[in-house]
Amino acid sequence: MDLNKRYTPQTWPDHPETATLEGKNKFVGFWLLLAAETVTFASLFATYLALKDKGPSGMEFSASGLFELPLVFAMTMILLTSSLTSVYAMYHMKNHNFKAMQAWLGITVLLGLAFLGLEIYEFNHYVHLGFGYTNSAFSSAFYTLVGTHGAHVVFGLSWFIALMLRNAKRGLNMYNAPKFYLAALYWHFIDVVWVFIFTVVYLMGVIG
Amino acid sequence: MSSNSQKKGFGATIWDYMTTVDHKKIAILYLISGGFFFLVGGVEAMMIRIQLMKAGNDFLSAGTYNEVLTMHGTTMIFLAAMPILLAFMNAVSPLQIGARDVAFPFLNSLGFWLFFFGGVFLNLSWFLGGAPDAGWTNYASLALASEGHGIDFYSLGLTISGFGTLIAGINFLVTIINMRAPGMTYMRMPLFTWTTFVASALILLAFPPLTVGIFFMVFDRLFGANFFDVTMGGNTIIWEHFFWIFGHPEVYILILPAFGIFSEIFAIFSRKRLFGYTALVFATILIGFYGFMVWAHHMFTVGLGPTANAVFALATMIIAVPTGIKIFNWLLTIWGGNISFTVPMIYAVAFIPSFVAGGVTGVMQAIAPLDYQLHDSYFIVAHFHYVIVGGVVLAILAGTHLYWPKMFGTMLSEKLGKWTFWFFFIGFHLTFFIQHFLGLMGMPRRVYTFGADQGWDLFNAISSAGALLMAIGVIILLVNVVMTVVKGERVGNDPWGDGRTLEWAIPSPPPFYNFAQTPLVRGLDPYWIEKMEGNKEGMVYAEPLGDIHMPNGSFIPFVISLGMFIAAFGAMYHMDGHVWALPVLIGGLAITFGSMLVRSLKDDLGFHISKEELIADNERIQREARALEGGKKGGLK
Repeated sequence: MDLNKRYTPQTWPDHPETATLEGKNKFVGFWLLLAAETVTFASLFATYLALKDKGPSGMEFSASGLFELPLVFAMTMILLTSSLTSVYAMYHMKNHNFKAMQAWLGITVLLGLAFLGLEIYEFNHYVHLGFGYTNSAFSSAFYTLVGTHGAHVVFGLSWFIALMLRNAKRGLNMYNAPKFYLAALYWHFIDVVWVFIFTVVYLMGVIG
Repeated sequence: MSSNSQKKGFGATIWDYMTTVDHKKIAILYLISGGFFFLVGGVEAMMIRIQLMKAGNDFLSAGTYNEVLTMHGTTMIFLAAMPILLAFMNAVSPLQIGARDVAFPFLNSLGFWLFFFGGVFLNLSWFLGGAPDAGWTNYASLALASEGHGIDFYSLGLTISGFGTLIAGINFLVTIINMRAPGMTYMRMPLFTWTTFVASALILLAFPPLTVGIFFMVFDRLFGANFFDVTMGGNTIIWEHFFWIFGHPEVYILILPAFGIFSEIFAIFSRKRLFGYTALVFATILIGFYGFMVWAHHMFTVGLGPTANAVFALATMIIAVPTGIKIFNWLLTIWGGNISFTVPMIYAVAFIPSFVAGGVTGVMQAIAPLDYQLHDSYFIVAHFHYVIVGGVVLAILAGTHLYWPKMFGTMLSEKLGKWTFWFFFIGFHLTFFIQHFLGLMGMPRRVYTFGADQGWDLFNAISSAGALLMAIGVIILLVNVVMTVVKGERVGNDPWGDGRTLEWAIPSPPPFYNFAQTPLVRGLDPYWIEKMEGNKEGMVYAEPLGDIHMPNGSFIPFVISLGMFIAAFGAMYHMDGHVWALPVLIGGLAITFGSMLVRSLKDDLGFHISKEELIADNERIQREARALEGGKKGGLK
């Protein structure tokens, strides 16, 4: 692969992420990885549902008493919006508009950081109420599920930032286009998982 | 880069293997380390049988017996059987589909080193305060109560090696989906490639639940979580579910590639196309599919209720149908064939009755009410050794003989191979057949001793004698390997003389770029088709000779795995309040993620072998082949 080959929007392929064999392999491999990730989160959700509200006798915490929707709703909106901005970034990637792609990725990262900040605030709030990781089976299951998602957010953000910095000077080519594409795909996956967390943990939790 | 062009020093060879991304070398690494762990697990098995040789024996203490028993199971499944099968998958399946390498050579290497460091970590428990002692199933109620760090070695070691296996699974899936040679449609893929494909899909979907369960175990033991602690609202059955949601597909992850190896052997040595190829393929897929729906048959006595037990009992019995289809297809492949009883073929023929016996007892246990009688008795031990040893281990031994020439370019001795077979086969049935009756007589599994008045002395003594025969068989195999390596007689492309699939169309061992030109596949058993049409070239090619793109070797996979190995020590000793533990944990993870970052940021575009180099290399191969022809006929004649 020639890294120095210059593309214009006219010569740039319609699907740069799968235009090379390496790209195709990464594309299929990453979807398979997401299948494994789906099973991972399914296991965590199942555990959470089994252990929801379970604790030592006399435990004062329950999902309906603990969770409040306004903050979590804001987090949901922020993360959904970041998914949209990453779509814009990929739109510009496919049109070989590097600057616009970087800009939208930058916005995506900022939104992701905002989400992460709110999540840390939320966890901190619960811990101050006495709902620590070792408090009960319920707390362990909750922090493990939501925390695993948070760790994925951290990884996704680091991935975006690393790609943006690494390629800032040299623009798009057939070598890094699949990488940007996969990072965006990963970001969508994180978003979808959050939709389930919002529904299963928070909405169903508040309803009781 | 071209390792076969000149002799290298010992250090250079070691470095070459530590940085290799070549699937054929990674196969050798898997075979050697899997073989080593197989011997370790074998020694543990012998210790078990020595302890149970007579009533009231005191060869092992009760605690040590628990450790040996746990490590025997864990080692054999995770560190011996799977890696050796991965060795064959690496060595053979890319060649069978005419690929130049696997889809992700770098990840292939990473998968191996993760497995390797996970295995080493697990076995270091012997020297660092005691091995895990809660059985290979590591049920939470036992494991949480276990003192010392044995269980932590189990959890962290299997986490690391589990990541490696998952990576290998994804790699094979993508390789088989994307890298098949022109004309190699799905329904022309050799059965071994098909079983690799389905087993990889099972790895993909079965390992995450195990990883999740093990993480819960780590968090409970090391970081104060309460997943399994009933007094804190936890539920100990969750572990059992996750373990078996993984554990049952794991059985098929092992047996499907074994079926694949036997399918190849039956076709080659009956000199016949596989009978019912399509049925075999669909049976493989069905077994993989049903494999995920039967996990609770390991938990009939837990108390899930009659409805759950009935559903899982029926699902379990259904699996016998595709398996039966396979058995009949193999029998009809042999039927009317021009059979040659080479060592691989003897193993294959012996496999059928042995495995069927294991399958029949499996269906017996699927009957939930009967399982209440059989549960936790030696009947179960007999059953799973009949399927694992009678299926998987026989396939590993057969595959070692079958693919040895393709991997190393030399041929294992047929004579010694037959000695190994007879010792191993007789020893196997002697050891395990009688255990059915021990189970029916009431002997529970996992006990470290029994009383003289219980009437189990004679049968246990017979069982131990059988184990000794198996050990002798394995020792003869080792002698065979050493003699073959020392003699070093080279063989040609197709040493068995009747190879049908693409791997037999290129030199043994193949050049590092595999096929100089991608072959054109014109049907099932492509090499056989060309042979029957008198093609002297070997194959028809799909492309003109041109430059080949190859991946660079890399030391990074080793470093990533080493980082996780170091971090695992930090996580483990953190619980004891050592000051250094947290820095070690963070440092190890920093090494892992740092080297991942380096991998991500540093461009690695690979290199090209020029057409001229290929032509020169091809001339060398031709010259060697002629020398072989002139000197002595290669292979068995």
